[in-house]
Amino acid sequence: MTTARFFLQKRAVLLLMGALLTFVATSAVAEYADVVINRSAEKEGMRPVIFPHWFHRIRFRCKVCHVELGFKMRAGANQIKMNDIIDGRFCGACHDGETAWSVENCDLCHSGKAGLPPGIFGGHETLGPGRW
Amino acid sequence: MDLLSAICRWRLVLGLLCLGLFATDHVAAGDDREWQPIANDGLRDPKSPAVRILQQPRDALSGLAPDNAGNQVRWVQALKEGQINPRSFLRTDRKWETYDKDVLLNLNGGMPVVRFPHSAHTPWLDCTNCHDHLFKKKRGATEISMFLILQGEQCGVCHGAVAFPLTECSRCHSVKRSDAMAELEREAAAAKPAGAAEPTSPPSAPTTPPTSGPAQRDKKK
Repeated sequence: MTTARFFLQKRAVLLLMGALLTFVATSAVAEYADVVINRSAEKEGMRPVIFPHWFHRIRFRCKVCHVELGFKMRAGANQIKMNDIIDGRFCGACHDGETAWSVENCDLCHSGKAGLPPGIFGGHETLGPGRW
Repeated sequence: MDLLSAICRWRLVLGLLCLGLFATDHVAAGDDREWQPIANDGLRDPKSPAVRILQQPRDALSGLAPDNAGNQVRWVQALKEGQINPRSFLRTDRKWETYDKDVLLNLNGGMPVVRFPHSAHTPWLDCTNCHDHLFKKKRGATEISMFLILQGEQCGVCHGAVAFPLTECSRCHSVKRSDAMAELEREAAAAKPAGAAEPTSPPSAPTTPPTSGPAQRDKKK
């Protein structure tokens, strides 16, 4: 009797763990350091921008954007306007049709889900900048 | 450990069977890193054309020095070994300042002493990214606190956000206290015959803290 219950319990636990693990394995996790830029995108009727740090740091050292281009190192601290980008500031320094795709390719940057708050995403989250 | 991993494997098999999920092309041999395709990263709108066009993390990152945290890439190593060659400037050919001294920090804490390597940071960053608004240049002048770091200040501006995360305690807290003290004593002894306390030009061996005074006393203030 007790052994049967034990096995039942064990099976239930295993099932639960299995379900949990599959959930973890398939749950959506942003790549570490992905930034959502959405101070004004959605208000202007566009999808939020997803900025992948991993893609850009293969090609540029931090200082290129965070010193030369003047991006503050705090997600949500930069007021990035399309007008600036078109004039060659911020993203527009590269996204000009020469170094990288130009501003006509709206959807390649403005690709986020509706309602995402500005911030930095990805695993291993602490109470760090992602929460500021 | 073996038992644990065996259990984990068993759970994985069970989990996959339970919900009838198709096994992904998980490669068990050696490098078992996996990256989420951008279509289901939780941020991209699956209807956006970007998810079909943009490069996948796996395509870009799987060839780089492996790590178990963050992007699963040892970025510093990848740069040092030439696996990546990121540009240093965009418009004007500018020469960035470099500095390669190590600084021993947290001399009186409970955790092992921190060896902060300038040499790992200056290839990526400019001095002005950290000095002086996050850390004063003078050793001991800024009180560094894990509490602030965990809230995204000081080291936490990058670590926990874009550089390796704060779960990796021992990567910073890496020096046994007695070894750190011996190192500082050796430096103090080496500095003495020179007389003056001014730091000389950075030696290639990255060991000396910027000032030659007993660092322990600086820290206690």
